[in-house]
Amino acid sequence: MSKLQSKVPEGPLAEKWTNHKSKINLVSPANKRSIDIIVVGTGLAGASASATLAELGYNVKTFCFQDSPRRAHSIAAQGGINAAKNYQGDGDSTYRLFYDTIKGGDYRSREANVYRLAEVSTNIIDQCVAQGVPFARDYGGLLDNRSFGGVLVSRTFYAKGQTGQQLLLGAYSAMNRQIARGKIKMYNRHEMMDLVVVNGKARGIISRNLVNGEIERHSAHAVVIASGGYGNVFFLSTNAMGSNVSASWKIHKRGAHFCNPCYTQIHPTCIPVSGEHQSKLTLMSESLRNDGRIWVPKRLEDVKAIRSGELKPTDLNENERDYYLERRYPAFGNLVPRDVASRAAKERCDAGFGVNKTGEAVYLDFADAITRYGKEQALVKGQDENDPLLVKKLGQEVVRAKYGNLFQMYEKIVDQNPYETPMMIYPAVHYTMGGVWVDYNLMTSIPGCYAIGEANFSDHGANRLGASALMQGLADGYFVLPYTIGDYLSDDIRTGPISTDTPEFESAEKEVINRIDSFINNKGKNSVDFYHKKLGKIMWDKCGMSRNTKGLKEAMIEIKELREDFYKNVSVPGSSKEFNEQLAKAGRVADFLELGELFAKDALERTESCGGHFREESQTPEGEALRDDKNFSFSSAWEYNGEPSKAKLHKEQLKFEAIEVKTRSYK
Amino acid sequence: MDLTLKIWRQASVDEDGKMVDYSISDVSPDMSFLEMMDMHNEQLINKGEDPVAFDHDCREGICGMCSMFINGEAHGPDRLVTTCQLHMRKFKDGDTIVIEPFRANAFPVIKDLAVDRSAFDRIQQAGGFVSVNTSGNTQDANAIPIDKHNADKAFDAATCIGCGACVASCKNASAMLFVSAKVSQYALLPQGKVEATDRVLNMVKQMDEEGFGNCTNTGACEVECPKGISLENIARMNSEYLYASLKG
Repeated sequence: MSKLQSKVPEGPLAEKWTNHKSKINLVSPANKRSIDIIVVGTGLAGASASATLAELGYNVKTFCFQDSPRRAHSIAAQGGINAAKNYQGDGDSTYRLFYDTIKGGDYRSREANVYRLAEVSTNIIDQCVAQGVPFARDYGGLLDNRSFGGVLVSRTFYAKGQTGQQLLLGAYSAMNRQIARGKIKMYNRHEMMDLVVVNGKARGIISRNLVNGEIERHSAHAVVIASGGYGNVFFLSTNAMGSNVSASWKIHKRGAHFCNPCYTQIHPTCIPVSGEHQSKLTLMSESLRNDGRIWVPKRLEDVKAIRSGELKPTDLNENERDYYLERRYPAFGNLVPRDVASRAAKERCDAGFGVNKTGEAVYLDFADAITRYGKEQALVKGQDENDPLLVKKLGQEVVRAKYGNLFQMYEKIVDQNPYETPMMIYPAVHYTMGGVWVDYNLMTSIPGCYAIGEANFSDHGANRLGASALMQGLADGYFVLPYTIGDYLSDDIRTGPISTDTPEFESAEKEVINRIDSFINNKGKNSVDFYHKKLGKIMWDKCGMSRNTKGLKEAMIEIKELREDFYKNVSVPGSSKEFNEQLAKAGRVADFLELGELFAKDALERTESCGGHFREESQTPEGEALRDDKNFSFSSAWEYNGEPSKAKLHKEQLKFEAIEVKTRSYK
Repeated sequence: MDLTLKIWRQASVDEDGKMVDYSISDVSPDMSFLEMMDMHNEQLINKGEDPVAFDHDCREGICGMCSMFINGEAHGPDRLVTTCQLHMRKFKDGDTIVIEPFRANAFPVIKDLAVDRSAFDRIQQAGGFVSVNTSGNTQDANAIPIDKHNADKAFDAATCIGCGACVASCKNASAMLFVSAKVSQYALLPQGKVEATDRVLNMVKQMDEEGFGNCTNTGACEVECPKGISLENIARMNSEYLYASLKG
């Protein structure tokens, strides 16, 4: 049934990318000057792609909805970026990074893409250092590394807890150089409203200027979608407020398959929800699990006493605490992958051991790390390592140097001092592994339309390992797309400028205007957020950390009903010709209301558990996820067919040539 | 908590603005300032009124998109936070809170509390980069060891989020802290040294053309900077500028 062409090159795994690069068609420097490319989004993937394509000589038009490309949500990534440099000499290699990523993704990613990712990872670090990205260094002046979940080596490069910021500013600076040269035309505060397809090829977009509401037509020879993930379908997530699925969803409705939407990462260490007013959730970097130990009390009476304030967590001794990750997974302990850590936290909280008022929080405790570092420092400085006050002070200094900004952020939000009392954390929606289906060249099922970074589905399978999102965004943008796009564009060297004065642009523009007018003229009774919150609740309750047939079927019906109610009763104030955030949000929520249903459908049909997708019907007696390789070793690419519930499934079978598919164990 | 809000309302850049009074009740001390603004907007929408426009995105203090001048201070009364991380527990029941946009000639108001900070982008475009192509053929990242003290200082300068609080806090609307943070980051790293002369001259020239004022060393910018960018960077930029001018 499948007509999906993954276009993975022939040959041994380690040589595929090199061979492919040598054989694909190129566009000459002179011809690049007459080719236009549109890039939507300026996170790591979009910014790095824009800069590189412009350096190569293409005319690039880049769009972002924020007031500056530097604001894209890659900026909020904290912990780090992986690369198989083996600077620590701990046995790392391209193969090991590839293997860890495939295994971490629970054998649901495309092997050749993941190998390529591991292969170019080392170039990324070299490139970023050359751009002046200030990574952490040791006293010898060399780059420092730390360890992340699901791996047994230290391969993560970092810049305190602001790695995403530093990498994005690096890519932004590369863009600025090209903007100054006139090779990138930057459209800030512009939102892509639709894709324009001419004779089966992506040839432009319709955009809306968010300041004055003007609808604009932009043409190009290729369109690159780099607009990130769709975590905000849950309303509460660690995504930025503006993060949305709309660009990906628009191309889906124009013919791009949407793949594995149910693969969503629920990150284990986020600040718990404090009340109904909550607008978003805040992540505490996974790097904290290098030094923090996760626990809940062993006895329910202690839990009750803590909740009522009669007991403090620090009053409980070692024997009264259940370090449940260390207990269940001795080999990886607190550094198990994210999906495993999140489910384990949920399991304890569901059993009644949650430590805050809502019962949805566990402790992340730094007391041991503070003591360990403090003693080390006391020894180094020749001071008394048995003086507990001194040790605590010295240890706190070390922890502050490593995680200072994260601790400060926690204190500002929760109003508790995490140096003195353990942090409270709970899982939250963070990243979406699913996304637009792409082939090996990162092209979607629409010729000339590409998807890169979190917006595509290809590299992380059913679960992403920490510090891999930054790696993928930059790999796609700096080192993959700029090569592969030339193969497609080599057919376009005689095409000349694409006119926007065609029936295709005309009709796409008209549809956009009609949709905007219908929101403004609706004059309903409920705000956009009213619907977004309702959708988020359905998603979290029925498509969240664990899923079952009954809940997913209900979710599909409830989301459809909510969508119908939205179109009848939503109220959007103001006009379409002004700065109108509610109007922009209405369009985004409308798309989430469709995606949510496809998400539930995808989760319903995949009756196995894998990675971030946990089906209650498919688990081992110990409650671990049970994969079904016999029936589900494929990616689910959905073709739009009028309604999300009617989407047509195309299966891309996953073939593993270089590794043996095994049960994923971190015990 | 029950509060009175005095908010700057301005329909667009071409129209005059004014302060408008609102009252809001049942504000939780655990809310962030922007969540309080969300709640206020939800009430305005339900009454059929125009919600207050303001910029925001990540809501975790790193994207630099939120602004707001609250009770006479950029990002409000708390230190080392952006408005999105300011929490209502910093206010008392019955308080009156005055909320204005970041004001500077170089930051024209778009609507209400949202301003146009694209001048910052243009300054970065004038020289805030290292001219290296993304070929993947650069030398190994560990080929040039960098003194940890310099690397740390470069990092501290590089943590600027480009929010514009320094400009809004300065009586001269000077952008010296912002510009010097970028100049310093590259001046402290070997990768940035090659272009140091042109960089500082071009960035300062663009800063002046955008209409930012001069620095008179009051230090208000450093106090209000949510990322604690140090005045030391301005001193470094001045020295870089002097050196570049003499070398010229």
